[in-house]
Amino acid sequence: MAAAPSSDVLRAPLVVEFPFTRSLGPVQSAFLTGLRERVVLGVRTGGGKVLVPPVEYDPVTAEEITDLVEVAPTGTVTTWAWNPAPRRDQPLRRPFAWVLVRLDGAGTSLLHVLDAPGPDAVRSGMRVRIRWAEERAGAITDIACFEPYEGADTGRQPAPHSGEFGDPVTGIVAPARLDYTYSPGRAQSAYISGLSARRTIGERCPSCQKVYVPPRGACPTCGIATRERVEVGPAGTVTTFCIVNIKAKNLDIEVPYVYAHIALDGAGLALHGRIGGIPYDQVRMGLRVEPVWSEGGRYPDHYRPTGEPDADYDTYKELI
Amino acid sequence: MAPTSPARDVAIVAFAQSDHRRRTDELSEVELLMPVLHQVLDATGLKTSDIGFTCSGSSDYLAGRAFSFTMALDGVGAWPPISESHVEMDGAWALYEAWVKILTGEAETALVYGYGKSSPGEVRDVLTRQLDPYYVAPLWPDSVALAALQAQSLIDAGDTDEPALAAIAARSRDAASVNPHAQVRGSRPQGDYLVRPLRTGDCPPVGDGAAAVILAAGDRARELCARPAWIRGMDHRIEAHALGVRDLTDSPSTRLAAERAGAFERPVDTAELHAPFSSQEVVLRKALRLGDDVSVNPSGGALGANPVMAAGLIRLGEAAARVHRGDSDRALAHATSGPCLQQNLVAVLEGES
Repeated sequence: MAAAPSSDVLRAPLVVEFPFTRSLGPVQSAFLTGLRERVVLGVRTGGGKVLVPPVEYDPVTAEEITDLVEVAPTGTVTTWAWNPAPRRDQPLRRPFAWVLVRLDGAGTSLLHVLDAPGPDAVRSGMRVRIRWAEERAGAITDIACFEPYEGADTGRQPAPHSGEFGDPVTGIVAPARLDYTYSPGRAQSAYISGLSARRTIGERCPSCQKVYVPPRGACPTCGIATRERVEVGPAGTVTTFCIVNIKAKNLDIEVPYVYAHIALDGAGLALHGRIGGIPYDQVRMGLRVEPVWSEGGRYPDHYRPTGEPDADYDTYKELI
Repeated sequence: MAPTSPARDVAIVAFAQSDHRRRTDELSEVELLMPVLHQVLDATGLKTSDIGFTCSGSSDYLAGRAFSFTMALDGVGAWPPISESHVEMDGAWALYEAWVKILTGEAETALVYGYGKSSPGEVRDVLTRQLDPYYVAPLWPDSVALAALQAQSLIDAGDTDEPALAAIAARSRDAASVNPHAQVRGSRPQGDYLVRPLRTGDCPPVGDGAAAVILAAGDRARELCARPAWIRGMDHRIEAHALGVRDLTDSPSTRLAAERAGAFERPVDTAELHAPFSSQEVVLRKALRLGDDVSVNPSGGALGANPVMAAGLIRLGEAAARVHRGDSDRALAHATSGPCLQQNLVAVLEGES
């Protein structure tokens, strides 16, 4: 399949942000609240192994675990990787080492970062300690990072801990932002470019002859590529509709209003649009409508009656 | 535990993949996918309406859009209604689901595809969103960083060193030079450290691509393909999700999946391993007990092209294609997902003499 020249293809920044709110179980709550209070907790499994960070279920036996213990804020690097170019949301702005650290008293390792002057200052087996964040809220980032530490592991056993703190943290908000450069591809680029000239461009399937609008480059019935561009509309026929009585947040449209499926003339399927310029209770199947563009709008604001006689049911029944 | 033999003979009868490229702005996902769908259908003479079950693998996080796979469905002729499913994983797991569907007798043929466009986003950041959201994801450890921790573990354990990793990268890209679909081919410098100890050459290229296979049962497979690649066994397993709980130098999940797939019953002549990082091949060779007589990644592997969500399916497809061509009689295919080989799928494919 020959590709259209890239200059015809639209590109635009697309930012996806989501602040997931997550609740914590008793073990995660105790661990993250503990970090806020500069206390590192783990759990002891039925087999006697101390897991840090702690989990609620034994990864081997799947048994529920509730036996909390306190481990030291010092530990040993079990493996590391030097990161010369920190990425946007990583914990340190300057080059650092990713490390897995087995805290003294723990049987497993915690992933975090190590603030060190360079890769030559890092090795597996080196001793490190937690550097606490100045402001702590009950999150893994309450550990700002690890830093080199001279003291040996004293071999002190982990101490039992109730896991109880005042004002426990019961949830976290995990914000995430991902940046994309979105390209809609050849077919949809042509459609969007057409709209900027107030023209509606579809694509005809070479097999079933149906005209898809908006086009996505494929006929979903035949499963083959569509290439032939066809201008449809501007007028069309209301094939079905509903009356909306709920006012959407941030939407400046008075209710009730009518949302309709509209088969533009020449199109093989209906698209969606709002109907205006007519009382809501007079909208009907078969009503002939045309697009109304707002100044600078990139798509029709709504559709209004053309004043033509209604379309005969047989002319649009296949498109409902 | 002894491997279990499948109740029915099922084979991969056709495989196609796109040319993998750094970016494909001019193609929507369905436009990227459609040529490979047509290739596997044309190879078998099947029409979309002949397919008993369709299953795909992809990820919304690559596209930055919810339900992105529904758009791609236009490419398979989803109207009138078809029997269809999707996994938010590599297409190799879609193949597993399709295989099970055929084993149950619910279908005779299946179309499986996987695709991914990594070019719109930053795949190293995108993949952090599959990590534990409480303790790990807030630190944004990217995919190269986590692979580098694993590589350092292997170096500390004496399992490999940087020259040996460079040799794996060089061998893979030499092999990729005869693969017209590969993105990175032939010799190239190992480059600087991306995250030490991994250099650019140890890491997979970032790119866009798609792949498709057709599965068929019993005599239907023989009608559709001169030398079907029979799936003698397939299994997938997962490790504990916390990296600090695992021994990163080993892959017990791969070993168990291979055992359950029957990989150790007789030697294989070919292994297509999904090792996006050179260091991961070291782990997989050990877990799978592969000797030097086994041809490992003759396609160039994921170091030649790693379209996320298709690269694992491509390993199954490449292994099957070697059986189809008569270059292999018994091939192992492996797919992975998640950080540091967290989830692993192993299939054993055989040709009849």
